Amino acid sequence: MVGWAIAVHGGAGVDPNLPTERQEQAKLLLTRCLNLGISALQSKAAAIDVVELVVRELETDPIFNSGRGSALTEKGTVEMEASIMDGPGRRCGAVSGLTTVKNPVSLARLVMDKSPHSYLAFSGAEEFAKQMGVEREENDYFITEDNVGMLKVAKEANSIVFDYRIPTTGYESCGVGVESPIRMNGLPISVYAPETVGCVVVDSQGRCAAATSTGGLMNKRTGRIGDSPLIGAGTYACDACGVSCTGEGEAIIRGTLAREVAAVMEYKGLGLQEAVDFVIKERLDEGQAGLIAVSKTGEVAYGFNCVGMFRGCASEDGFMEVGIWE
Amino acid sequence: MGWAIALHGGAGDIPVDIPAERREPREAALRRILQIGVSALNAKHSPLDVVELVVRELENCPHFNAGKGSVLTANGTVEMEACIMDGSSKQCGAVSGVTTVVNPISLARRVMEKTPHVYLAFDGAEAFARDQGLETVEKSHFITPENIERLKQAKEANRVQQDYTQPIKPEVPDGDSKLGTVGCVAVDGLGNLAAATSTGGLVNKMAGRIGDTPIVGAGTYANKFCAISATGRGEAIIRETVARDVAAVMEYKGLGLKEAAAYIVDEVAPKGTTGLIGVSSTGDVTMPFNTTGMFRACATEDGFSEVAIWKSG
Repeated sequence: MVGWAIAVHGGAGVDPNLPTERQEQAKLLLTRCLNLGISALQSKAAAIDVVELVVRELETDPIFNSGRGSALTEKGTVEMEASIMDGPGRRCGAVSGLTTVKNPVSLARLVMDKSPHSYLAFSGAEEFAKQMGVEREENDYFITEDNVGMLKVAKEANSIVFDYRIPTTGYESCGVGVESPIRMNGLPISVYAPETVGCVVVDSQGRCAAATSTGGLMNKRTGRIGDSPLIGAGTYACDACGVSCTGEGEAIIRGTLAREVAAVMEYKGLGLQEAVDFVIKERLDEGQAGLIAVSKTGEVAYGFNCVGMFRGCASEDGFMEVGIWE
Repeated sequence: MGWAIALHGGAGDIPVDIPAERREPREAALRRILQIGVSALNAKHSPLDVVELVVRELENCPHFNAGKGSVLTANGTVEMEACIMDGSSKQCGAVSGVTTVVNPISLARRVMEKTPHVYLAFDGAEAFARDQGLETVEKSHFITPENIERLKQAKEANRVQQDYTQPIKPEVPDGDSKLGTVGCVAVDGLGNLAAATSTGGLVNKMAGRIGDTPIVGAGTYANKFCAISATGRGEAIIRETVARDVAAVMEYKGLGLKEAAAYIVDEVAPKGTTGLIGVSSTGDVTMPFNTTGMFRACATEDGFSEVAIWKSG
């Protein structure tokens, strides 16, 4: 028997000028989600159920970039993606290109549990959603006024915006050293995916699980898939740990970030925090990202190499922390 | 050290008594296409160019499950996916849900080089292909009579099939034949590495199903240690992060390419699910598989070459 532990995140890369009021709103949501997870864990729920439950809550709330409140594509629509992984047995499920599913993480779970596959996308995924009878809404349910405004800003700046909550006049002052558009893959776009959400849990049986969900990059090209639904990149769980990442999707994919944490634990014998620190420091090159992780021995850890990450963690011994900055 | 190259046309339950008319065209294609890759390396083309070139040839060949000759979804359509990765920069590009683009691997390369993204899928990928002026054709171009037959059999057996060379034998358990996917890995004399994989996926797959091929770290991976392209049961390869793990074991445990690949294929991946090809920065090449067979070929600059299906020796 091990002490349970849980961590949640609402995205890495935060504008240092973010209004205090918004910071408080975010922290309240993170706290609420942590408490939801904690109650479930105290009732002996399995890790896989807890991560789904918590991410559903994050998706439903419009504050972060997932489910309702998702960033918008170049066409002004929402295309959501998510993945979930169960440490024991490493079963996994993922979805991309969802436009009507209220809780993408739950559809990802159904792909894992009720289909012969691991990953379904676009109209095939929507078709599966209909068959499964999950809760669905019109695409505009997911669109918030804030995001419509941000898309406009992004188009005017003709770049992909990393934090869609910055004030429209403050684009030049947004964090992470963006004075001129950051270059990625040799082309001028701004930094990483804003405010993807995720949750990792180890339950009292020592089972780990992870889940991640997002609307992706503001002003993204339709059909663009990021790291969140990719097993090994945005999400990973095995016997040893559970990991969920957020930040520059392309860098996370290239660095196979979530798998990397587990791989250095397994192959280099590093402990959880060491592994997290190593991966953030050594595996991102010029990319910027953050991640949360738990280990089967009840540890919880997080790391990020950018300005801020919305996160919260708690463990059975009474530890609890919600934060944004270092 | 010299260059090295390996290519595959899928791992699976390829029976040793496969009829000559199914075996010979594939062997001949592997031999011909290997030579194309070898010539390109001798002409000093970059490994990235070479893997793309080789996979384009494999896609155009109707005998393999990629491009023309792709297996069919449950709806009788073709949905192709591909991925390419450059070891030195770790830049990568992937596409899924491609239905009209003649060479998905080239589309994947354009995603890598002409967008700020890594992965485009379905309508978005198709639209991008048109923006880029890539060759597109009628969807029917990719469909072959053999694959229509395979789908029919799979539906009759009501099972998702990976093998596209044999009719389904009812007594063989699920995961009977795991063919599918083509790929190429190459390294030049300077240690630059690249990997590319392309596929039509699983016979009778659900529309929208994505396999391991376009998932960086699962079916395709390259860094400064090695370049890997995997084939077999997609869902298992995703879970085992096969391609990434070979490189990770080399880096973190100091194993050589052959040992690392053998470890992943023999000890980690479930039997009957996985095959891979790999080259290392020092010019090693390996082609292990834990299935009955794997259509494959490789060559190294010192003159060694091999085209094979089952275990050699």
